[in-house]
Amino acid sequence: MKFVGLVLRNLWRSKLRTGLTILSTTVALFLFVMLRTLVTSLDASVDVADASRLVVRRSTSLIFPLPLSYKDRLAAVEGVTGVTWMNWFGAVYPADERGFFAQFAVDHETFFDLYPELLLTPEELAAFKNERTACIVGEKLARRYNWKPGTDVTLRGTIYPGDWTFTIRGIYRARTPEVDATTMYFQWKGFDERMAAEDQGGQVGVYVIRLADANQSAQTAQRIDALFANSSAETRTETEKAFQLGFVTMMGNVRGAVRILCIFVLSGFLLVAINTMMMAARERTREIAVLKTLGFPDALILKLVLAESSLLGLLGGLIGCFGGAFVLGGLSASGNAMFATFVVRADTVWIGILIALGMGLVSGLIPAIGAARLRVVDALRQA
Amino acid sequence: MSLVDVEGLRKVYHRDSLEIPVLDSIQLRIEARDFLALMGPSGSGKSTLLNLLGGIDRPTAGRIVIGGEDIGALKSGALAKWRAQHIGFIFQLYNLIPVLTAFGNVELPLLLTPLSRRERREHVMSALRIVGLEDRVHHYPRQLSGGQEQRVAIARAIVSDPTLLLADEPTGDLDSNSAAEILTLLERLNVEHGKTIVMVTHDPHAAERAHRVLHLDKGRMTAAAAPARSR
Repeated sequence: MKFVGLVLRNLWRSKLRTGLTILSTTVALFLFVMLRTLVTSLDASVDVADASRLVVRRSTSLIFPLPLSYKDRLAAVEGVTGVTWMNWFGAVYPADERGFFAQFAVDHETFFDLYPELLLTPEELAAFKNERTACIVGEKLARRYNWKPGTDVTLRGTIYPGDWTFTIRGIYRARTPEVDATTMYFQWKGFDERMAAEDQGGQVGVYVIRLADANQSAQTAQRIDALFANSSAETRTETEKAFQLGFVTMMGNVRGAVRILCIFVLSGFLLVAINTMMMAARERTREIAVLKTLGFPDALILKLVLAESSLLGLLGGLIGCFGGAFVLGGLSASGNAMFATFVVRADTVWIGILIALGMGLVSGLIPAIGAARLRVVDALRQA
Repeated sequence: MSLVDVEGLRKVYHRDSLEIPVLDSIQLRIEARDFLALMGPSGSGKSTLLNLLGGIDRPTAGRIVIGGEDIGALKSGALAKWRAQHIGFIFQLYNLIPVLTAFGNVELPLLLTPLSRRERREHVMSALRIVGLEDRVHHYPRQLSGGQEQRVAIARAIVSDPTLLLADEPTGDLDSNSAAEILTLLERLNVEHGKTIVMVTHDPHAAERAHRVLHLDKGRMTAAAAPARSR
């Protein structure tokens, strides 16, 4: 501990250089936290999927609907304890055309029963069920647009043309941070009535069914697909997790790309830190020689230089990781479209800090070994 | 037994394939409480001899025994430890650490000891009092004059109460008044505190303060030890 003062003094001898190095570490670790959170959040969106839920969709493509008449036949399948259905709406909010959020037309009687992770008060649920144009929005979405219960929200349809106005009757909370809280759900019944007027009623995007036993998902899926085989609308049934994973894999090898990006970012930081430490050690050649003359052993000199470089990395790591967690947490809480589902995990922060510490240590190795091997007489003569 | 016993000392530097002899056949005895001046032209090997006595360089041949310890036989780590306990260095250019205050600079050798923070403080203040800088404790080297910097360097050299003080041109970078003050301080350390001092100098006036003067030329002793003035 008695050498801490010496390490700190040396670290702050060139404030600008130290500050810029810490800044580069901060930026690198901030990016690391962001990129890793992107991956873990994508994974989480799959992980939160309920194992006891199956998604039934048209076998040919998700864009083709299934008939409403399937609901009773699905409910009758052995092991099925609940059925609900929904349609992807895909409209634009004219007040913020670039601010994407998902909207689904859902069956008002059954949907929230199958999705207990979306929390509503009994009053909100009752209000939603009692009104054809009622909608429920996630708390992050409501925060983003400052929506309150009773607010009318008009959307401009893209798949289903025209203006669609809904009245917010409830704001749902997510049971865990990983659950999306940026979606709008409105009554399928009202949607269907309007579509029926255009001769397009009775069409369902996907069915979601709940099983009594999650271990029976494969057999039940086979049973359902067999039930509708050779019909005009054959089905493809899969677990909710597999269904979600399908969307993630559509984005390509995100995990691999992010890993490569992380390596580049952190390598850049490592080179900057190595350069800083080498410059710092070279500038202090004479002082290191003097310390050795005073009796500082080689091992202690090595440790002092490594402590300095590690501290440099650690400071940048702490600011970058906690700063990243704070900023992303703030953006996520504000309902920002891009970051709404970002949840910075504790292990991301700790891994980032460990990486920063490790890289600080590595960056100090070359100058530390050089300082430890320094011949006092040569150094005093050169300087 | 003498405090310092040097026998058949030889030092050769290698530069590429060239062998450059710097010291040869040096025999030297220094008694405790002695004040010895080493003189000679540039390149005569004075500083090399000082470095060898201080254990920051290794002899090519011969033995250096200080306080009964053959320092040539010590390994690097043990030699560093021995240096911390027995040697105090004073350099021509002071060599203070610019980011540390006078207190911090003087405290450096004590960081290697098991002394407590309070004990270290007492030792540092005592050393700074001896050199007359107890009112400059929190000053950084850039805030001190050359003479004051050298006095801080002397305080650093004596703070751990070493066996031997080695001074390499301690007045070489100072004006005549400051030089005289430093030499008086060294004399006091020798007389009042019983410190054994070996001082390299070009300056005959500085050498006069020593008990005896040794002359080196081309790596050899050219004159027998002779008292510069009576004790």
